[in-house]
Amino acid sequence: MGDEALFLARVQFAFTVSFHFIFPAFSIGLASFLMVLEGAWLRTGRGVYANLYRYWLKIFAVAFGMGVVSGIVMSYQFGTNWAVFSDKAGPVVGPLMAYEVLTAFFLEAGFLGVMLFGINKVGPKLHFFATCMVALGTFISATWIISTNSWMHTPQGFAINAQGQFVPAGSWLPIIFNPSFPYRLTHVVIAAYLTTSLVVGAVGGWHLLRDRTNPGARKMFSMAMWMVAIAAPAQILAGDAHGLNTLEHQPAKVMAMEGHYDSHPDGAPLILFGIPNPAKKRIDYAIELPKVSSLILKHDLNAPLAGLDTIRDDREPPVSVVFWSFRVMVGLGMAMLGLGLFSLFARFRRGLYDWPWLHRAAMVMGPAGFVAVIAGWITTEVGRQPYTVYGYLLTAQSHSPLHASAVATSLLMFVVVYFVVFGAGTYYLVRLMAKAPGPHESEPSSTPQRATGITPAPALSKE
Amino acid sequence: MLYNYDLATVWAFILAFAIFAYVVMDGFDLGIGILFPTLKVGEERDQAMNSIAPVWDGNETWLVLGGGGLMAAFPLAYSIILPATYPLVIGMLLGLIFRGVAFEFRWRDPRHRPYWDTAFFVGSVVATLSQGILLGAVLQGIKVEGRAYAGGWLDWLSPFSLLTGVALLAGYALLGSSWLIGKTHGSVQEHSRKMAFRLGIATLVVMAAVSVATPFLAIDYWHRWFEMPRVLFTAQVPLATIAVGAIFFWSLKRGRERLPFLITLVLFALGFLGLGISMFPYVVPRALTIWDAAAPEKSQIFMLVGTVFIMPLIIAYTAWAYWVFRGKTVTEGYH
Repeated sequence: MGDEALFLARVQFAFTVSFHFIFPAFSIGLASFLMVLEGAWLRTGRGVYANLYRYWLKIFAVAFGMGVVSGIVMSYQFGTNWAVFSDKAGPVVGPLMAYEVLTAFFLEAGFLGVMLFGINKVGPKLHFFATCMVALGTFISATWIISTNSWMHTPQGFAINAQGQFVPAGSWLPIIFNPSFPYRLTHVVIAAYLTTSLVVGAVGGWHLLRDRTNPGARKMFSMAMWMVAIAAPAQILAGDAHGLNTLEHQPAKVMAMEGHYDSHPDGAPLILFGIPNPAKKRIDYAIELPKVSSLILKHDLNAPLAGLDTIRDDREPPVSVVFWSFRVMVGLGMAMLGLGLFSLFARFRRGLYDWPWLHRAAMVMGPAGFVAVIAGWITTEVGRQPYTVYGYLLTAQSHSPLHASAVATSLLMFVVVYFVVFGAGTYYLVRLMAKAPGPHESEPSSTPQRATGITPAPALSKE
Repeated sequence: MLYNYDLATVWAFILAFAIFAYVVMDGFDLGIGILFPTLKVGEERDQAMNSIAPVWDGNETWLVLGGGGLMAAFPLAYSIILPATYPLVIGMLLGLIFRGVAFEFRWRDPRHRPYWDTAFFVGSVVATLSQGILLGAVLQGIKVEGRAYAGGWLDWLSPFSLLTGVALLAGYALLGSSWLIGKTHGSVQEHSRKMAFRLGIATLVVMAAVSVATPFLAIDYWHRWFEMPRVLFTAQVPLATIAVGAIFFWSLKRGRERLPFLITLVLFALGFLGLGISMFPYVVPRALTIWDAAAPEKSQIFMLVGTVFIMPLIIAYTAWAYWVFRGKTVTEGYH
């Protein structure tokens, strides 16, 4: 009820969603990668693809399981901690999330069992179909949840009824295809592909450093580096377009990202680094390129850009957080571009499998996708503050009538459990990745197998 | 407005179906978790685990549909029930985390397998108890003022809600044991049959206890069950339960393999019907009807269109996945 409970509820949501987001960010890309591997195997019949498929499938199983259980938490978190938001925005965001469950979660879960354990039961073609369905499911899931999230950033197509609820005004199309949705979806999906390819590249690099003749390591490294080289520049373009969209609909967020406390009537500088000083409303020790921010955001050196001085103090997002998280994301994005270019150069010079420094660089960049994804998420979500539904519903008016001690207790438990469980899970993932891909990769463990034969004869004979 | 009334009823039935699907499907998963310590380390436990490994994820998705669907179709109910049962929901979620990761982790780390087996067991018990107590908490009533929960954070705790917690524990364990009778062979099957017999008795006893206690919670329940001529209909539920219970024990005695599970499903359906009689058309008893809590027509229609087309598909491919993994589970291969 007080500010404390509100703050704790926010921390709890941020914590659980950040932890959760790590797994889908990885599994969206990995599902597609597996689909490509199995497809390549079916087309070419080359064993290296089948082995890589089985190698990464084991990793996928662990990551997907963690994504599932941390995701269930999210579907209840809205009600436990954000009851007022759920009541008010439920008629709009609820159906979108329900569609996510219906069209995506069931699809993933329904075919996951066959994908993990069913290759010997359904044959390769049907099994490939299952893999495709799981990959499609992860993508559909991203589409709906990003649509939901985007509506909270750029709400439209709604009316407010007598109970103060957001209700659909007419068609659902403007709600689903709200202004920031296409930009955010593109940005997030590419981010997921980048995250996965960086992990695959790091694993490939690690094994190439040990044995540069390992065919599995060579194949995965090559595929991953292609993906980084293509996706990193694409991501920078997508990010730029997303930024321009944000400038149009949520200017205060861009002001915080840029660190523009003051308005610049004739060309705003691009602040590369500096330390935001919220008390004095300025950036200390700023290193800036004059007028470049106007160039990037308005494609005109002298275009005026408004600053946070045009925004009411209690409607500003927290500048320091957004300023830093944005720089972390962009910095890592540039580093990914660098890795992509490095790999292209090495490939061109026929050193892709032989340059240890490239392999080391790929290893260092392995976790970069996760960090960038979380930093980007923080930028956009903290940048939406102080609103949950941008411009219409304040975060301070969205939370449940809970006592701070209740929220604190549950937060503490989430922290402890997540670190223990997902810590262990991450350890298992790293251990699986540390093992070199062999020529005869096994099926995922716990494969329920019947004795040979198609009909479960013993089971049928007794009934 | 009459149109909207019907829509809310349709959604109440869809959600009831989703919750029932969750209860019986994740019920047998969780039941196996509850029974886990009674199974021998090694072959027995592996067989039990393998019998649900390919389907547990799909089973749990019904829970997400239950939560998401409630928020979408009855947002006010969602935003009142969850804060009112806050510690239970958190407990359920944490329990589900432990038991969910155990499926993979126990194979990944043989040295620490006993820990993950314990996590599987404790997680299943905590999740089940939380769900059962939550059910009791809703039945006994939730304090509502305006559009918000107005009680304290331990209001859910009562002898009645603890009773429903224990009841669900017995019921899920019964589902788990009768599932194992059909999916396993040898010592696990024998053990499951023994457990199913005891748990069948336990479940019928706690079902009776909950049924007897419910009318005393509020006079409203009394009217719903015992007023003439309703009683002519409502009395069929306990009578049918007794009959079904008898068939269940008969099927165990006859050594039937798949029938006990199917009969257990019928038993759960009867219990669920009883709950429906107690609650409908309230979503929070005596405080909030489904029409009070319903989302606007446009939201409910939008979802209904999708549900009508997608739900049959979901049921079809889920059934296919079960079909692929039909028959007895054997442990062999990798591990």
